[in-house]
Amino acid sequence: MRKVYHRIIQIAGNVITVEADDVAYNDLAEVKSARGTSLAQVIRLLDNKVYLQVFAGSRGISTGDEVRFLGYPMRVSSSEDLLGRVFTGGGVPKDNRPAILENLIEIGGPSVNPAKRIIPRNMIRTGIPMIDVFNTLVESQKLPIFSVAGEPYNQLLARIAMQAEVDIIILGGMGLKHDDYLFFRNTLDEHGALSRSVIFMHTASDPVVECLLVPDMALAVAESYALKGKRVLVLLTDMTNFADALKEIAITMEQIPSNRGYPGDLYSQLASRYEKAVDFDGAGSITVLAATTMPGDDVTHPIPDNTGYITEGQFYLRHGRIEPFGSLSRLKQQVNSKTRSDHRTIMDTMIRFYADYKETLEKRSMGFQMSKWDEKLLKYGDLFEARMMDLSVNIPLEDALNLGWKTLAECFDTTEAGIKSDLIKEYWPKAE
Amino acid sequence: MQDSNSGKIVGVNGNMLTVEFDTQVTQNEVAYAILGEDRLKSEVIRVRGNRADLQVYESTAGLKVGDKIEFTDELLSVELGPGLLTQVYDGLQNPLNELAEQSGFFLKRGVYLPALDYEREWAFTPSAKIGDKLNAGDKIGSVPEGIFDHCIMLPFSFRETWTLVDVKAAGSYKIRDVIAVAQNEKGEKRDISMMQEWPVKIPISCYKEKLIPAETLITQQRIIDTFFPVAVGGTFCTPGPFGAGKTVLQHALSRYAEADIVIVAACGERAGEVVEILREFPHLDDPKTGRSLMERSIIICNTSSMPVAAREASVYTAVTLAEYYRQMGLNCLLLADSTSRWAQALREMSGRLEEIPGEEAFPAYLESLIAGFYERAGLVKLNDGRNGSVTIGGAVSPAGGNFEEPVTQATLKVVGAFLGLSRERSDARRFPAIHPLDSWSHYESIVDGKKIESARQLLRRGNEVNQMMKVIGEEGTHIDDFVIYLKSEFLDYVYLQQNTFDEVDGATDKDRQTYVFNKVSRILDTSFKFEGKDEARRYFLELRQMFIDWNYAAFGTDKFKQIENGLEDKIKERSNA
Repeated sequence: MRKVYHRIIQIAGNVITVEADDVAYNDLAEVKSARGTSLAQVIRLLDNKVYLQVFAGSRGISTGDEVRFLGYPMRVSSSEDLLGRVFTGGGVPKDNRPAILENLIEIGGPSVNPAKRIIPRNMIRTGIPMIDVFNTLVESQKLPIFSVAGEPYNQLLARIAMQAEVDIIILGGMGLKHDDYLFFRNTLDEHGALSRSVIFMHTASDPVVECLLVPDMALAVAESYALKGKRVLVLLTDMTNFADALKEIAITMEQIPSNRGYPGDLYSQLASRYEKAVDFDGAGSITVLAATTMPGDDVTHPIPDNTGYITEGQFYLRHGRIEPFGSLSRLKQQVNSKTRSDHRTIMDTMIRFYADYKETLEKRSMGFQMSKWDEKLLKYGDLFEARMMDLSVNIPLEDALNLGWKTLAECFDTTEAGIKSDLIKEYWPKAE
Repeated sequence: MQDSNSGKIVGVNGNMLTVEFDTQVTQNEVAYAILGEDRLKSEVIRVRGNRADLQVYESTAGLKVGDKIEFTDELLSVELGPGLLTQVYDGLQNPLNELAEQSGFFLKRGVYLPALDYEREWAFTPSAKIGDKLNAGDKIGSVPEGIFDHCIMLPFSFRETWTLVDVKAAGSYKIRDVIAVAQNEKGEKRDISMMQEWPVKIPISCYKEKLIPAETLITQQRIIDTFFPVAVGGTFCTPGPFGAGKTVLQHALSRYAEADIVIVAACGERAGEVVEILREFPHLDDPKTGRSLMERSIIICNTSSMPVAAREASVYTAVTLAEYYRQMGLNCLLLADSTSRWAQALREMSGRLEEIPGEEAFPAYLESLIAGFYERAGLVKLNDGRNGSVTIGGAVSPAGGNFEEPVTQATLKVVGAFLGLSRERSDARRFPAIHPLDSWSHYESIVDGKKIESARQLLRRGNEVNQMMKVIGEEGTHIDDFVIYLKSEFLDYVYLQQNTFDEVDGATDKDRQTYVFNKVSRILDTSFKFEGKDEARRYFLELRQMFIDWNYAAFGTDKFKQIENGLEDKIKERSNA
C-alpha cells in the first residue's frame, strides 16, 4: 500500500508541492480534495520536495488534502475498444461509458529511430484542388493550417479527415468551444467515421493542464495503431492553445521566458509532438494535420514561427480560401511526378499566371492602363479563384487537372501558355 | 570496489539532475544515472559545493531522489578509427542502423553501442619503423577505407616525443588490436591500436600552423562560387526563414561540393530530411570518384525530437570527426543544420541552471561558444608538411526570419561568408534564394574580381530601377534605365538561379562557370539598340530562354555548341558594336 501524504506545503498556479520520499520523476499522483479527485504529475524533484502539476487545477485544494502517489507515469489504453470513444485530456471517458484500462501504454514515448523511417511515397487525396493539385498532402506528413480566429479551419480539418483514405482518425481537441467539439463529433458520426475514430477532447472550460496532455495521448494511441500496420490520421486543433498552456505552466514554474513569454524549449516541445508523424519501415504510418491560429495574423509570432520550422510545409487559410502563396507542401515532390504527367506543369503554370494576375490587379488599383494581356489575366484570375480556390469545390485530382487545362484554354492561346509542346498536344482542349 | 566516484540524486528538473557527491568531480565529465537496468548518460555542467548539476542525454522519467550516479572521470569523447565513413550516428556517436537492429523502431534510452565495429578486420600497412621518433598525429601506417588511405596516427593525446619500440608487420588486424608500442623519454611504454578516443569539446591541435584559407572550395553552385565564394578551410553561414530553401541548399552542397569528406550534422531538424539523405545517398554517385556518395560521408543525426542535450553534443561530435580526417591531409566539409537548434539547446540548459539570461534568454556565453565552434574550421599545415582542412557551413534558423536575433548576429561576426536566404526570393521561386545584394564573402572568387564588381553594380542599379518603376510605372522610366533593369533580371535568371533538381543545371563545375560567366558578362557590357521597351523586353526574354536551355545542355556537347552559336547570333542581332 502506497503512503498517503497529508501536507501540501505550497500551492502556486496549478502546481502544488508536497514533501515526500521515493517518488519518481514524471509519475502520477492522486490528489483528493473536497472538490473531488484529480490526477497530478510530478514535474520537479528537489531534495524531499515534490512539485506536482494538478490536472484539474489547484482551485479548491487545501493544504491538508490527501496526495497519493501511484508509482507509474501517465498512461493510455491502446486497445481496439478505444474506437468510437471520447475522452478528456486526462483520459477520462467523456461519453458516459466505462473507462478502458487494458493494454496501457506510457504517453510521450521515445523518438523513432531515423533509420526505421522511409521516404514518404503515398498521396492523400482530399478532393480540394488547392491541396491535391498545388500542395499535395502526403501520407506521414506533418502539416499545420495557419489561420486566424473566425476562419473555418475546423471545417477544413474535418473535411480532409472525411475524404482522406486512412484507416483510423484520431482527433485531439485543445481549448475548443463546446460547439466545435459537437461539430466534429457529429461530422464524424454523419459520415459513419466515428467507429474508426478516437477523440481526446479538451474544451475551453476544462482545466488547462489537461490541454497539455491531449497531443501526447492522441499521438501515443496513434503510434500503437500505426505499429499494428494501420494508416492513422491525427488532427490536432488548436496547437496555439497547447503552446499557450505550455507558457502558463512555464511562468508558474518561474522559468525564464525567451520570446514573448514563451519558454525557451517551445521548439523542442512542439517538435517532439509533430515528429511523431512517421512512415514506418515495415508498419503503418501517422499523418499529423494541425490547426495553428496565428495571434494577430502574424506569422513571425513564436508559435507559427517555431511550427513552420518543424512541419513539412503549411497551408494558409485566409478569407475562407487556401492561399496559393505561402502555402507549401514540402513533400509534394515525392508524389506529384507519379500522379499524371501534366500534374507538375499545371501546378507551376497556373500559379505563375495567378501571380501575374495579382500584379495586374495591383497595377489596375494604381490607375495604370490595362493592356489586352492584362484583360486576359483578369479573366483568368477570376476563373482560377472560382474553380480552384473556392473551398466548396470538391473534385478528384484528375478532374481538377482537366479543369485547369480548360481554364487555361479559355483565357490564353497555346503559345502564351508557355507549356512544353508534347503536353499541349496531349492535354490542351480541342476547339469544338 | 569502493565506489569513491559516485553520488546520489537530490533533484530532477526536466533533463537536469542535481547530484550530491562525496569526493571530487570534474567539470564536463561523463556520469551515468542508474535507473534499474538502464544507465543514462549525462554530463557534469556545473559544480557548487558538494552538489553538481548534470545534463542528461536521455529522458529522465522515472528517476528518483536518492538514485545512484556513477562518475567516469572522462570527458564526453568519440571513437576515432577506420570505419567511420558511411556511418549514421546520433549526437553521441551511437550507430543508428545497429541500434535499429537491436531495439527496433524506437530509440530506447540507455542503449549505447560502440561507434566502430570492433570485430571487422582491416588491412594495415606500417609506414613508420622501430626507432622512429613520433609526435601526436604522426603517421604510423595506413589502412584502406573505401576510396581513402586511412592514416593510423600516434594518438592525439600523446604529449611530447615518443619512440616507436614495436610495430606490427603488414596484415589484417581488428581496430583494438595492438599494432605498435611507443616509449617516451621517461621510459613509459604505451600500446597503440588503430582506434583512439578524443573529447569532443577540445579541438585537435596536432599540426604545425594554421594557414590563411586562400583556395576556393568549389561547390558547383554558381551564385556561391562566383559571387559569394567559400574557401577551403573557411567558414560560412546560411541564415534564412523557414521555407527559404536552407535544407535544399545544404543537400546540394553535400552532394556537389568538391571536398574529400562531407560530414552532415542534422542538428535538431526534421527527421524526414535526414531520411532523404539516408535513403538516397547510397544510390547517388560521386561524380569525382564514381563511387557512392555515402563512401565519403558521415551523417550525424540528432533530430528535433531526440534528446536536447545530445543535440548540444552533436555539433561537437561532427566537428571532431572532421578534424580527425583533416589530420590525414584531407579536405573535410562540415554542414551543420541548424546551429540555431544547437543554440536553443544551450538556452534550455541555461534556463534550467537559472543563469542570468542574455538577449532573448540565450545565455551570455552564446557568442563565445559560437565563435569557438567556427574557429575549429581552418586550413592547417600538418607535421609532415601536408595540408588538411575543415570547412564549416552552418545553417541558421532565425526566429521570424529576422537576422537581428542573437544567433545570426553572433555567427556573422565569426564567419568568412554570409549567404543570406530571403523569403522575398523564395516566394518568387528564385532558387537558390541567396540574396545577391545582402550577402557577402571575404574569400576569393573563381572569376575576375572586376567583372564581379561590375555585375554587382548592375544588380544594384537594376534593383533601384525596379523600385522606381513601382512608383512611376514603366511608362515613366527611361529606356536606358529599363535596359539596365532587364539586364539585371537576365543575370539573375540565367546565372544566379540554378535548378538543384536538374542533373545538368544542378551542378556547374569551375570550368563551365568561368566560361559561362564570361559570356554573361559580355552580354551585360554590350550596348544594345531597341526601338521601344516592349521590343527590349521581348529580346531579353528570348535571350533568357536560349540561355536557360544552354544551362540545361551538358558542357561541351554538340547541343551545347549549337545553342551557343544561336546565342552569338542573337547577341549580334541587336548589338551596337
